This record gives sequence, C-alpha cells and structure tokens, in this order.
Amino acid sequence: MSQFVMPSLGADMKSAVLMEWKVREGDRVHKGDILAEVETSKGVIEIEVFEDGIVEKLLVEEETECDVGTPLALIRSEGESVSAVPEPSPPPPEPPVSQTPEPPAQTPPPPEAVQSPPQGRIKASPAARKKARELGIDLFSVAEAGGEVHLSDIETAAPPSAPPLSGMRQAIARAMSLSNAQIPHYYLSTPINMTPALRWLSELNASRPIEQRILPAALLIRAVAKALQAVPELNGFWHDDAPDLRHEIHPGIAIALRKEGLITPALLNAGEMDLNRTMEALSDLISRTRAGKLRSSELTQQTVTITNLGDLGVQSVYGVIYPPQLALIGLGRISEEPWAEGDALTVRKVMHATLAADHRATDGRTGAQFLQELDRLLQNPQELL
Amino acid sequence: MTKEAITDAIISQIQTVAPEIETDDIRPDAHIQRSLEIDSFDFLKILTALKEILGVEVPEADYAQVDTLAKMRDYFAERVSI
Repeated sequence: MSQFVMPSLGADMKSAVLMEWKVREGDRVHKGDILAEVETSKGVIEIEVFEDGIVEKLLVEEETECDVGTPLALIRSEGESVSAVPEPSPPPPEPPVSQTPEPPAQTPPPPEAVQSPPQGRIKASPAARKKARELGIDLFSVAEAGGEVHLSDIETAAPPSAPPLSGMRQAIARAMSLSNAQIPHYYLSTPINMTPALRWLSELNASRPIEQRILPAALLIRAVAKALQAVPELNGFWHDDAPDLRHEIHPGIAIALRKEGLITPALLNAGEMDLNRTMEALSDLISRTRAGKLRSSELTQQTVTITNLGDLGVQSVYGVIYPPQLALIGLGRISEEPWAEGDALTVRKVMHATLAADHRATDGRTGAQFLQELDRLLQNPQELL
Repeated sequence: MTKEAITDAIISQIQTVAPEIETDDIRPDAHIQRSLEIDSFDFLKILTALKEILGVEVPEADYAQVDTLAKMRDYFAERVSI
C-alpha cells in the first residue's frame, strides 16, 4: 500500500486545488494514468500515478486545497491482499520516496546558501532578509555601520517602480539566481547552414496534405534529440556532486504564454519519436500549455532545455541552465547571411545554435561534439525522418 | 461565398487559436503573425481549419500571399468554389 501525494509542480507551488478525481475507489490504474486534475497558477494540471495498482481509497474531496505532500489517495499494489490494508488515518509523516515525481527539479535549496555574505555578518530582521532576497537586494548595500537592517530599509532601497512579481516570475527569479550562482556555465556557438534542411522540408511538405505538414521547429527539436543520443553527456542532472545522466530524453521546450510568462514543459520521450510524431507531440504540447492543460510529469521530468527565440528575431540565445539540468540549447532565428562555400561566397539561410552547459559535468570538447552532430544531422535531414 | 463570410471565417479561426484577440485587434493590412503574436504552429492550425471550412488548401509556397487578413480574404475569395 502506498500513498499518492500532491506533487510539487514547480518552485512557486505550495499548494493546489484538487478539482476532479479521474478515478474511483476500486479502479485498476497503470503507471502514467491520470488520477486527478489539480488547479495551479500554471493552469489545470493532470496528475499521474507512478506505479500500477488499485485505487484503495480517495482521501481528499474534490475542490479541496491541498499542500504539496498531502496524501491524496491510497494505491494498493496488485499482489497486496485487501486484509493487509492498514487504516489510512495515521499517515506516515513523510511520503514514500517512490511517490515523489523525480526529480524535484525546480526546488531550489534554501536561499541562504546562495546569499550568505562572504565577509562579516549583517544584522537584519527576518522580514528584511526575506524581502531583500525577493528583490535581489544585497544586504551589504543597505546596511549602515553598526545598524540593523529593517524591512523599511529594504523597501527604500528597492527600485521605486518595481512592480510586484507574479508567482511565476518569482519562481523563475529564484531558479535563475541559483543557476548563475552555482553552475559554472560554458558557452559554445556555431552557425548552421539551414538551406539544405529547409529545402528538404519544403519538398516534403509540398507532397503532403496540410494536416501532415512539418514545421521547422519540429525538425530542429528532432535534430537536437538525435544529437543528444549521440552525445548523452548533456542529458540529465547534476546531483550530489556528480552527473546523473538519463537515458530518456525529455527536453523542456520553452513555450511563451500569450498573456504572460513562459513555461518549459517536457516533450516526453522525444528521443523515441520520429519526425511525424515529434511534430504531432509538439503541436499538442503547445496547445495544451496555452490552454493550461499539462500533465504533472511534463512539469517535473525535463532532462535538458531547448529555447527557440527565433520567432523574436534574435540571432543567438545564450541561456541560463535550469538547475539541476546540465545543458540548455539555444536556437536563434533563421536568416539569410553571407556564407562561404569552397572559395565562393554565397547567401544561405543560417541559424546560430548555442549550447550553455555545466562545466562541472562536461568540457568544451563534449559540447563541441554535440553542436557538430547537430550540424551534421541538419545537413542530412533525411536522417531525421 | 461572400468576402464578408470569408473574413468572418478567418477571424473566427484566429480567435479559436488565440481567444484573447478581439475582432478589433485584427487590422486588415497588418501582418497576422507578427501583429498578433501568432506563431508558426498557430498559423498552421488556422490554415488547416480554414481548409476544412472553405475547401482550399494553402501551399507553403503561397504563404506570402496570405500574411494579412485582407490578402488572405482575397486569396480564398479567388479560389473558393461557388
């Protein structure tokens, strides 16, 4: 018997409202089945079960707000006899480890670890410390000799027009500060001649009905996933002072929400998808992200991030790695540029691909191999079908 | 089918993929994707839905002829049967 608990779906999530159960007591469930829908600041998320079993008991009524870690249901494994069922009333203080969606990717460690002053010690009230962290203000810059820092000092020091940050913005702020403080990034960039791939794609699309057309973004994500299979050292996490590489490739795809913000849900198992499947899955993921209909696994399982700011017209994207991931791949816009081939100067459609990687886990040589393989695949797009 | 009916069909499909866009936001001569922040996936969805409704499929080679509401309306008006 195990407990299914409210998962953490992001650093900004403390609780969520259980909107609707998708199973009933006595139902047989399989790993990956949707148990319930919960509403968070990221929209309605379908939460999934992580093991096979039978729903023994639902512990929470619909439309109840539950903190992260609250037991929601009891799941009995197949072989387990009903008589052995313990009463659910005294729940163990901590949820079983197997229940927690891995990895707790977006939970930054206590911020003290990041901002503890290297020299001396500033006297400051807890509220002042908290506010200073939120606003990214250095306590040293506020402290006067010998005096204690209070909340009002921080508020005075804050930029006057700073608007209150949304929960999502705060979560991004925490993760990015942590990333830059803890991850020694290195950056590599290479221009890729996209003319052959785009020409190949146009010919492919011309022979297909509109419903089956492939967009360049899908081709690029397919190419990144395939290049990661060739250079797996960039796919995974930095855990406990060591790289924790993953066989499955779940790239987080940066998707802009129309109103505000950005989410990077995982395109789960992208490594196993052919080009058609990549296009279908990506299109579906984008629609569901914007409709606020993601699954819990898509918000917690990213093994690497792909940012394609090409739509905004920037040439290169130098990203900040999302901890504890090992790398971020930035894809710039595709534009016409002068291009030397042999001793001739021509014009080609060119995309600048950039890799930000964690130098603790890999060296530039590994990163270069990845960009080289990405380039090679895009010069041979038929390999991406 | 009248040009007005075609325009209505286009606007309705734009609003299906991007519900927050008001009819008044869609200016006839503005670039649809750039002015309304419609990405390539949304644009393809709009054209796919319009194929269902109007029976006309826009090849990729013709995208430059359908990049504003006015151009898209004229493009379909010339090709829609009846």
